[in-house]
Amino acid sequence: MAHVIIGAGPAGVIAAENLRKVAPAAAISIVGDEEGPPYSRMAIPYLLTGQIDEAGTFLRKHADHFSQRNIDLVHDRVDAVDSEASQVRLAGGSTLAYETLLIATGSRPIPPPIPGIELDGVHPCWTLEDARNVARLATKGSRVVLLGAGFIGCIILESLALRGVDLTVIEMERHVVPRMLNEVPARLIEKWCAGKGVRILTATRATAINRGGSAAGLEVTLDNGETLPADLVIAATGVRPNIGFLEGSGIDTDQGVLVDRRMRSNVSNVFAAGDVAQGVDFSTGNYSVHAIQPTAADHGRVAALNMAGRDMEYQGSVIMNVLATLGLVSSSFGMWNGAEGGDAAELVEADRYRYLRLQFEDDVLVGSTSLGLTQHVGVLRGLIQGRVRLGRWKDRLVADPTRIMEAYLAATRAIGANRRIL
Amino acid sequence: MAWTGKILRVDLSSGTCIAEPLNMEWATQYLGQRGLASKYLSEEIDPTVDALSAGNKFIMVTGPLTGTMASTGGRYSVVTKSPLTGTIACSNSGGFIGAEMKNAGWDMIIFEGKADSPVYLYLENEKAELLPADDLWGLSVWATDEALHRKHQDPQLRIACVGRSAEAGCLYAGVINDLHRAAGRSGVGTVMASKNLKAVAVRGTRGVGNIKDPVGFMQATEAAKQVLADNAVTSQGLPTYGTQVLMNVINEVGAMPTRNMREVRFEGASNISGEAMHEPRKSDGKPNLVTNAACFGCTIACGRISTIDKGHFTVKNKPEYWGASGGLEYEAAWALGSDTGVDDLDALTYVNFLCNEDGFDPISFGATVAAAMELFEMGVLTEKDTGGLEMRFGSAEALTRSAELTMTGEGFGKELGLGSKRLCEKYGHPELSMTVKGQEFPAYDPRGIQGMGLAYATSNRGACHLRGYTVSSEVMGIPEKTDPLVTDGKAGLVKAFQDATAAVDSAGLCIFTTFAWTLADIAPQIDAACEGGWTMEKLAEVGERIWNLERDFNLAAGLTGKDDTLPKRLLKDAANTGPAQGRVNELDKMLPEYYELRGWNVEGVPTESTRQRLGL
Amino acid sequence: MLRSLKLEPEKCTGCLQCEMACSYEQEGVFNPAKSRIKVFTFHHEGVFAPYTCTQCDEAWCMHACPVDAIVVNAATGSKDVLNDVCVGCKVCTIACPFGTVNYNQDTGKVIKCDLCGGDPACAKACPTEAITYVDADQTGLERMRAYAAQSAQISPGS
Repeated sequence: MAHVIIGAGPAGVIAAENLRKVAPAAAISIVGDEEGPPYSRMAIPYLLTGQIDEAGTFLRKHADHFSQRNIDLVHDRVDAVDSEASQVRLAGGSTLAYETLLIATGSRPIPPPIPGIELDGVHPCWTLEDARNVARLATKGSRVVLLGAGFIGCIILESLALRGVDLTVIEMERHVVPRMLNEVPARLIEKWCAGKGVRILTATRATAINRGGSAAGLEVTLDNGETLPADLVIAATGVRPNIGFLEGSGIDTDQGVLVDRRMRSNVSNVFAAGDVAQGVDFSTGNYSVHAIQPTAADHGRVAALNMAGRDMEYQGSVIMNVLATLGLVSSSFGMWNGAEGGDAAELVEADRYRYLRLQFEDDVLVGSTSLGLTQHVGVLRGLIQGRVRLGRWKDRLVADPTRIMEAYLAATRAIGANRRIL
Repeated sequence: MAWTGKILRVDLSSGTCIAEPLNMEWATQYLGQRGLASKYLSEEIDPTVDALSAGNKFIMVTGPLTGTMASTGGRYSVVTKSPLTGTIACSNSGGFIGAEMKNAGWDMIIFEGKADSPVYLYLENEKAELLPADDLWGLSVWATDEALHRKHQDPQLRIACVGRSAEAGCLYAGVINDLHRAAGRSGVGTVMASKNLKAVAVRGTRGVGNIKDPVGFMQATEAAKQVLADNAVTSQGLPTYGTQVLMNVINEVGAMPTRNMREVRFEGASNISGEAMHEPRKSDGKPNLVTNAACFGCTIACGRISTIDKGHFTVKNKPEYWGASGGLEYEAAWALGSDTGVDDLDALTYVNFLCNEDGFDPISFGATVAAAMELFEMGVLTEKDTGGLEMRFGSAEALTRSAELTMTGEGFGKELGLGSKRLCEKYGHPELSMTVKGQEFPAYDPRGIQGMGLAYATSNRGACHLRGYTVSSEVMGIPEKTDPLVTDGKAGLVKAFQDATAAVDSAGLCIFTTFAWTLADIAPQIDAACEGGWTMEKLAEVGERIWNLERDFNLAAGLTGKDDTLPKRLLKDAANTGPAQGRVNELDKMLPEYYELRGWNVEGVPTESTRQRLGL
Repeated sequence: MLRSLKLEPEKCTGCLQCEMACSYEQEGVFNPAKSRIKVFTFHHEGVFAPYTCTQCDEAWCMHACPVDAIVVNAATGSKDVLNDVCVGCKVCTIACPFGTVNYNQDTGKVIKCDLCGGDPACAKACPTEAITYVDADQTGLERMRAYAAQSAQISPGS
């Protein structure tokens, strides 16, 4: 049995490891188009702050991790998939045959359609290579314009601020992290950042980037008429699943590769996992791309088991995010913006940068957003994903949303089951 | 060292919060908590100051073992001048806020001055701020607790606050922390409210480190915990029945003050005892007691968590009282029950809830109701005065309605809130007030337990069982049995208990440990935690120093040896039944010897050589 | 036979000796805020519930870690955080559906129960045996595990 995995990110690596557990004799290859061992893009912000070195970003820390497991790492790029012949074509010209194929190619940044985006000194911040470029230019006191204050933008924001750059952030939407938080906590994050010397302009677009008068300087023109000098412009305006190479392969795609609950595509021996997969959304039952690490891990595991011939189904992924913006921690889970016909409980303490909102459907928690919450946050996932019926704890949570942990313990009777005491 | 070395000084008048170093010299002389704060108070205020004026100070203080793994190491005290007694007041409480203060990095918080409008202190580690509490003023303790938890969105926030009784001027209002633990006596909550300070909310995440000898400390505390675990009182009696284990015992020895201390036995004691709290109710088959509960770090867990029968007349249409909350301790059960002649366990539990909900001392309240009942039955107090309440002994309705009025200071409740001394004086019978120095008695009749008479008479905060609990020796034989009806040797016994208690109260530990521990168990724990060579002898000496310091404060405040006395009833009217039948308390046989042992002159004033010996 | 923490709320008095023992063992200070085990208070019901990581087989935290900073301890079965590898991204804190991985703002790392390497301090400190360290099949953890499986995202296909 030969399993080929395209993509050396978390989904691909976890799939390979799980495959190895259940298929000791199978041939397993991971094809990745970047140099060096598999690494985590999520670790890049911490590389930029100097908290870790490049080795600290590696997904697996032991140099022989993959060889020990007899997992073949192929450093090459897949140009095309021939699903009828069950083989992939590599950029080098050779082909690789597979019995099952996993597409775990993740996503790639989409450069915003701004004149001058191709200039030197304008970078995305996505790969290790990008990180090196950013690190070179984002020195103390340098002028940096960050385009985009979505989830990724906000994570990079913190790293840049910690590097001591003179930072301006441009977000075209009304508020920061619009796909993770509603306006109330988002505005608090903006206020928090402003208090720490980071300028954030929302509802603002960059209309052009020009080479400025000064030596290596750039100038970013905004639609509010302002022009910002910049030593570095970082584009973090969005990413898209990496599916271009599948054109003509016969594998169905929409935003990403369409997969069923077994992570299987329309082609029976082709699977997809991670950011590239458009799988079942736990909350809505629709098909969505959930570009987050826990989903990648789940996808990788489910895909591997099915690739090895086990019949495993996935309930779908709960979208969730956690973000620290200059030390202010925020999170969102599930249908954080609410379910139709549902109701919500909300606590806002603007002066203290605290926010908690719970979204219910009947007596079941279906989504949440928080600001400043660092303890027992995961139980929100447990409540949502377990579709836990809260019973009388629903009203108690409405009265005091901070009592999520007690609600969980009481409603699931996870402990103390030997005497019904809660 | 187990002190944090830091004091927070909060000037309510100017709204400032300033950190200052702890006076370490005083720490080695007074240990912590009760002793140390009494020293600060003595140094910083004029003892003659009006307790409810801006000139009084209000101190929340921990001990060196507060916040550590020493069993019961979660105590804190409130030290101030009492509006009820005019003496120095020190009320000790468990729960969790003391440890939280320590975890936030503070040994002590000194509040001075008076805020222009209601405020609360929010303390999060190093960050201290006074925040407006206009929206909290007028709320009960429970509502305040809920509001602050919601506002700060932190379930772990620990809160101490005053209820509506304190706002209304009840002179025995306490500071309630963690919903139902109380720095309950002497009106310390009244002082807090007089400063427009509604609450103190604390979150500490720094922890308590700096133990002098960590390995030795873990060994010493573990050994001491084993002593508690091996002792029948601390490992079985208290966890099972709480302090209510005493109800039947004290009634048996004929020292159960009943109906304003007219009698020494209560026929209804078994209905309101610790055992009764375990009995299934007829209505729903559930007992009053839900579980026992511990304060921070306590391996005894004597706390009571109770429910009221949902069908009981007090709560029939009030579902907010159907859940579990802090239940009856012995002193409350006695004061609300035996002293008023009410043996309805649900009524008592309900009143106890109200005492917690709005922060007033059930001992002083129950005793004041008892005095009112006696005045009413004499015809001195009438329905016109009580607003229609028939204040008769044994009336659960009168008791519960009185509590409902006192919690907010409404109608006759305003008068009840001033305590039995003021009530009895107003109606022309001061002799019916069962108080010493204006504070109501607790639950041990000194005719049947002679040593307690001396302990009450000489207590530095007025009548109190927690200043020298000779009941241990005279009834329970701890550390050795003495005859409760004999006065010989009681002066020495009282002094030894008073001094040892002052030391324990200064350490961060609970006095209930001393059912099993002696200073020999306590000294090694303090010594491993703190610099200063803490031996038993040194603790006894520190205790004595504290006692004399408090005495000096009271003398300077205008009290004299004449105040070291008991109500006439206990000195002249003999017990009517039981082992003590025919006896009065023979205080006059014990007091002179006590003064002498204390190194005080015949007027009860510490002599110069005593002061010198103790470094005062 | 691997051992697990058995948690029995009906025996717990809420004294927090476990939290102090945990923080002392793990951080060298008495500090409930840094404890890996937490006692939850149900005031209305009069119940205290000690609660910590069950070292679940699903190991959501471990799989969610982008930098391999959570590993299985072969001796005890616990999932341990490697402090020098953890970058503090907090993804494990949202991944754990039991809410037992917490972010420590002071260190910028996450903390969770590691069974103290096989001799849990909380169990030793508990005065009422509400927390014991016993053979895994005695803990009644089946129920918890069953619950975990129910909420687990993977189930055999039909």
